[in-house]
Amino acid sequence: MYDGGKIIVGIIIGLVLLTFPIWYTHGMAPKRPEVKLPEKEKQCVQSKEYMKTKHMQLLDLWRDSVVRVAQRSYVAPNGTKYDMSLQNTCMSAECHAKKTEFCDRCHDYTGVVPYCWDCHIPPKEEPKEKPEEMH
Amino acid sequence: MNAILSLILSGGVVSMLVAIPLLGVWALPHVFGIHLEWLFGIVIPYFAVIIFFVGIVYKVVQWGKCPVPFRIPSTCAQQKSLPWIKYGYAEKLDNPVSTAGVVGRMILEVLCFRSLFKNTRVEFGSGETITYKSAKWLWLGAMAFHYCFLVVILRHLRFFTEPMPFFVPIIEKVDGFFQFFLPTVYQSGLLLGAALTFLLLRRLLDPKLRYISLVADYFPLFLILAIVKTGILMRYVFKADVVSIKELTMGLVTFRPVIPEGISVIFYLHIFLVSILFAYFPFSKLMHMAGVFLSPTRNLSNNSRIVRHINPWNPPPKYHTYEAYEDDFREKMIEAGLPVEKQAASPAAKE
Repeated sequence: MYDGGKIIVGIIIGLVLLTFPIWYTHGMAPKRPEVKLPEKEKQCVQSKEYMKTKHMQLLDLWRDSVVRVAQRSYVAPNGTKYDMSLQNTCMSAECHAKKTEFCDRCHDYTGVVPYCWDCHIPPKEEPKEKPEEMH
Repeated sequence: MNAILSLILSGGVVSMLVAIPLLGVWALPHVFGIHLEWLFGIVIPYFAVIIFFVGIVYKVVQWGKCPVPFRIPSTCAQQKSLPWIKYGYAEKLDNPVSTAGVVGRMILEVLCFRSLFKNTRVEFGSGETITYKSAKWLWLGAMAFHYCFLVVILRHLRFFTEPMPFFVPIIEKVDGFFQFFLPTVYQSGLLLGAALTFLLLRRLLDPKLRYISLVADYFPLFLILAIVKTGILMRYVFKADVVSIKELTMGLVTFRPVIPEGISVIFYLHIFLVSILFAYFPFSKLMHMAGVFLSPTRNLSNNSRIVRHINPWNPPPKYHTYEAYEDDFREKMIEAGLPVEKQAASPAAKE
C-alpha cells in the first residue's frame, strides 16, 4: 500500500467515529422504563395504544381548545366527560400524580424534552422520605 | 441509458424495496401468520452494517494500493517559485508545498465543499464572447443536504446511546428552534427533503445533467428521499412507539437484539431502507465519503520542484558496469591489445 500508514490511521479514525454508539454504550443497555400506573383509576381518556404514541397531540389539541376557544370539556370515546387540564385531570392525585414516576420515565429514556413545563408547574411531589413511596 | 429509463429503473427498484418490508411485516402476518420482524429488525440491519464496514475498508485498501506516481499540480493558484513571484496565504492554501497547507485545503474541501463553490457556468454573453459565471446552486444544495443529513444522523444517536452524549440535546434544541407542531418539527428533516428534491430536480431539468445522469445517480437520491419520507411520516403522522423502538435499537448496538411488541410497520420500512443504504454504500458513488480524503488533487502538496518523486512502478534498472564488462571480455581485450584496468587474474582470485 502506498502511504499505508496514513491510510490505515484514517481508516481507524473513521471506524472509531462510525462505531461511536457501540463503544459508547459498551454493551450496557438500561432496561426498558416502566411507568407507574395509577392504582385506583384504570380508565384513561383514550386507549393505552393511543396514549402511548399520540398523547402529545391530544395535549396539544387540549391546549388549543382551552386557550384559544375556551372550550374546556373533552368527551372521551366511551362518553365520559373530562375537564381538559394537564395538571388537574392528567396529573390529578388519582392518576399520574408524579411527573418523575410517569412522564419522566419514558421521556428521559428516549431523550424527549417536552416544553409543557415551560408554562405548567408539575404537581408538587412529597419529598421521598416514606419508604413505601420510594419504588 | 436515457433519462426516462434510468428514472423508471431506479424508481422501480426503490418502490420494490418499499414493498418488501410492507409485505414481510404487514401482509405476511395477516395472511399466513408468519412473523418476520426479526428478519427486518435484526438480521438485515446487522448484515447491512457488516457489508458497510467491510466494504468501505476493502475499498479504501484497494485505493491505497494504487500508486500515485506524481504530484498533480493542476490547482488554482501560483506554484511556489522564485522569491519575487508572489506566494501568499491564498497560494499557500490553494497550491501548498507544506503539510499545513494541504491540511487546510483538505479541511476546506471536506467541510466547505470548496471545489463545488468554485463551480462555474459557461454562457454566451452578448455577441461572440463567452463568459464564465459563478454557479453556486449546486454548492448550496450540497451543503444543505450534507449538513442536514449529518444533523439528522447525530439526532438519531438518541436511539443508540443511553445516556445520550451531551451534544444530542443541544442539537435537538437548535433543530427544533421554531417549536411548532407537535412533536416539535425539526428543521433539518424538512430541509434535508428540500435539498434532496432540489438535487433531483437539478438533474431532471438541466438537459446537460439529464444526459449524464445514470441509475447510479437517481437511485441514491430516491433511496434517501424514501428514508427521509418514512422518517418524517413516522415522527409526525403515523406515530410509533418510541420506547419500544429504542429498546430494539439499543439491543442492536449492545449485541443483545430483541424485538419488542407493538412496533408499527412504518418503523420496519424505515430501518429496511436504511439497511439498504448501508449495504449499497460501498458499491456506490456514496463512497466519496471516504474517497474525498484520497483525492490526489486535494491531498498532495505540489512540491514536484522541491522533492524528487520516483514512479513506484518503474522496473528496477538493470546496470552493466564497466567492471562487469571487463570481467566478461578481459581475455579477449588483452588479446586484442586493449588496455584493461585489472590484469587477468588466476581463476581463484576471480571470485
